[in-house]
Amino acid sequence: MSDFFGQGGYAGYVLPAYAISAFALALLVVWTLGAYRKAKARLKNIGAP
Amino acid sequence: MSFLFEFANPKRFMELSGALLPWLATAAALALIAGLVLGFGTPPDYQQGDTVRIMFVHVPAAWIAMMAYGLMALASIVGLVNRHPLADLAAACAAPLGAVFTALGLVTGSLWGKPMWGAWWVWDGRLTSFLLLLFLYLGYIALRGAFDDETRAARAAAILAIVGAVNLPIIEFSVQWWTTLHQGESILRKGGPAIAPVFLWPLLFMALGYTFLFFTLWMLRMRTAILDRRARTLMLRGAQ
Repeated sequence: MSDFFGQGGYAGYVLPAYAISAFALALLVVWTLGAYRKAKARLKNIGAP
Repeated sequence: MSFLFEFANPKRFMELSGALLPWLATAAALALIAGLVLGFGTPPDYQQGDTVRIMFVHVPAAWIAMMAYGLMALASIVGLVNRHPLADLAAACAAPLGAVFTALGLVTGSLWGKPMWGAWWVWDGRLTSFLLLLFLYLGYIALRGAFDDETRAARAAAILAIVGAVNLPIIEFSVQWWTTLHQGESILRKGGPAIAPVFLWPLLFMALGYTFLFFTLWMLRMRTAILDRRARTLMLRGAQ
């Protein structure tokens, strides 16, 4: 575990690279799914077949 | 090409993408998990130490950033030439995704550059042309939003996307044309990949994961846009 958080002394670069990537991609998924659900709900409200 | 137009019928697209989406999303999740497990399981590189792991998030992000632009430019050509509404929609939906992947390529590259080159940023061919890619995406998004008339917005943005595609080979060959700290092509090169298999596998899985994730999100965004358009048409009809 200390290996993981140590990253051979490069933890300050390796871990943020992963954290930022994970955060941005997760946000992209949430945003995209949210818009999709909203569009579906809106269409349903209008009473589309 | 004809099968593409078959797929490009909005109704057909909704059916096919609806069937494909769960599989694509699952494949993305599995590939990303495999890539992460393998990536953190590799030994440190003999030169780069543990920073080599940054490669597994940096290279796939940069690849997708360029692939997304290529797809956006292609869709823009089809939209412009064939006046196919779904093609224009495909281009518009790829732009924000491409911008995020480009930003990720820049940020993770910076985090890799500092410990290995001693600099967060250098104004060389690769980094500068890649920064230009981000501006092209942002310009495309801004241009689309600048017109009230959707057809005019689509046409103007399509022209920008197509002209901007000249940047793709510049990014690709920048490491050969100009002196740079950035390493050259090390995967798809003559004589096979220049990196050890122990690093190649996690990279390939992460690249697959990023690719599947991009297509999942792209399809979802296109479906959203189609549903929105359908809702707008129905509202207009109701208002009459």
